[in-house]
Amino acid sequence: MLYREAGDFKTSYREDGQTFPIRLDRWGYYAVLAVAFGIVPFLINDYWASAVLVPFLIYAVAAMGLNILTGYAGQVSLGTGGFMAVGAYAVYKLMTAFPEVNIVLHILLAGGITAIVGMVFGLPSLRIKGFYLAVATLAAQFFLVWLFNKVPWFYNYSASGQITAPERTLLGYAITGPASSAAVKYLVCLCFAVVLAWVARNLTRGTLGRKWMAIRDMDIAAEIIGVNPLTAKLSAFAVSSFFVGIAGALLFAVYLGAAEVGEAFGINKSFLVLFMIIIGGLGSVFGSFAGAAFMVLLPVLLKNLLVGGFGWPTNLAAHIELMIVGGLIILFLIVEPHGLARLWRLAKEKLRLWPFPH
Amino acid sequence: MLDRTEGYTTPDGRQIGGVLMELKDITLRFGGVVAIKEISFDIREGEIRAIIGPNGAGKSSMLNVISGFYHPQDGEVWFKGRRRPPMRPYQVARLGIARTFQNIALFDGMTVLDNIMTGRLNKMRSGLLSQALWWGAAEREEVENRAEVEKIIDFLEIQNIRKTPVGRLPYGLKKRVELARALAAEPGLLLLDEPMAGMNVEEKEDMSRFILDVNDEFGTTICLIEHDMGVVMDLSDRVVVMDYGRKIGDGTPDQVRSNQEVIDAYLGVAHD
Repeated sequence: MLYREAGDFKTSYREDGQTFPIRLDRWGYYAVLAVAFGIVPFLINDYWASAVLVPFLIYAVAAMGLNILTGYAGQVSLGTGGFMAVGAYAVYKLMTAFPEVNIVLHILLAGGITAIVGMVFGLPSLRIKGFYLAVATLAAQFFLVWLFNKVPWFYNYSASGQITAPERTLLGYAITGPASSAAVKYLVCLCFAVVLAWVARNLTRGTLGRKWMAIRDMDIAAEIIGVNPLTAKLSAFAVSSFFVGIAGALLFAVYLGAAEVGEAFGINKSFLVLFMIIIGGLGSVFGSFAGAAFMVLLPVLLKNLLVGGFGWPTNLAAHIELMIVGGLIILFLIVEPHGLARLWRLAKEKLRLWPFPH
Repeated sequence: MLDRTEGYTTPDGRQIGGVLMELKDITLRFGGVVAIKEISFDIREGEIRAIIGPNGAGKSSMLNVISGFYHPQDGEVWFKGRRRPPMRPYQVARLGIARTFQNIALFDGMTVLDNIMTGRLNKMRSGLLSQALWWGAAEREEVENRAEVEKIIDFLEIQNIRKTPVGRLPYGLKKRVELARALAAEPGLLLLDEPMAGMNVEEKEDMSRFILDVNDEFGTTICLIEHDMGVVMDLSDRVVVMDYGRKIGDGTPDQVRSNQEVIDAYLGVAHD
């Protein structure tokens, strides 16, 4: 009964266009932010950070990136893993080449470099759509992984072929390298995720977002109202790759610490992020977070339940887990193709009217 | 024949200006098929110009030539006294030519409001950074353009559906939203491809009223294709009649109605 627009009058177009038009939603959002910034950092331990929270936040950024491209602009991409690798290797090269420059700047620059690479691989989208574009981006995935394996310059000629993040500090706290604490890693990723979510929301509700959605929904009509398909599609690739690149940089530098390209950024990663946005909801910033949470949390929950609860052997649990995740993905595609974001929206619609049915 | 440069006054007293768009000897071929054959006509500022003809006469192709989807093999398109080079549709849109489609071409995943806002994309100038931070120009533009869009929403009486996703609307309203989106661009020339196709009498009356109001209030020049003869004859100031890609008549509704060739095309000719 608290969840109502009633009495919450909008007297300007600015207010009418806000992200959370319902007061309770707004409060809920501020409450979540307050808990995430004010309480969680004091409670967090290594297990929670490395198993749940840090990967969730990083994948949420990647999912937002892919969602901008696929959910908002309608361009299918299977190259997410490859673009994350670009972000990771870019940040690695920058960290080692310019140790005195702030790591945050490096991560942002890595995003920028990925944006440029993304635009180059987005060029085929001007000619091809759908499945064919997916295959073209798949080529990007394999090419980029091959490139980072093949050219020793990218991994600084290290003997193992791996890249390892050196220690870098921000305000005196180590955020990369083995000395970094769980709370610091979490806070860094949280800051990136929150700021990028806000940026994603701003971009998608404004002019650029409308251009992307126009191209997605009907490209002919988009062109007739004056949308240049070239700039609209390439800007979607650029912004998307910027997000994905930052996610890749964080995954390598903050979360993994060391990475081998085929393992950390292989085709599996592309599919993982794609599943996240399908389950979370295409064309929704919230859906990116929901999908990332689902895909990160589910294996952890299942493992705790099967191994910890039922006492099954670990290898059996691991296989069952694969089957359950696969089954759930199929279930989602059939029952709710618009994902968790849509379920959430429906729940809110119901809540708005509750206790009345209509 | 009407004077080619001066305007004229319609029977209901509206003053029509000079030539806004002129098509000269347009020929459009698809392989061996000639869709449009050496057609010339003009559209004057402030008038409602209709293109009629039987199915397959080349009317929609004509509209597609004007809006830049098709590039004619021969002929010239003149707009506002200048010859228009071959252009992509989005460049044509930036000249101030908006259109609607025979089969509605709205953005189904977006709300009515967002759909109409897309009509104003060409008025938006804010940069990427400003949009990303929702600061300064981006927010200001959003509010200013929203105000303009609200005027159009009021004008077309679709206030109650502004936040509804377009996919959920009935056909007649979709047509109206599409008109709204075209109007949001504040076009100098508005092209309507069968605005009343598939509508019932009541919806047709509404749509006719809106077309007349648009012309009257904003002074928008309108070029429309329509099959309903009653509507065409009532609405338009001048009519072009096409048949098999050729122009067989051009003039006021009364002139066209009494044109023998037009009567033959519509009613058929006795072969003896």
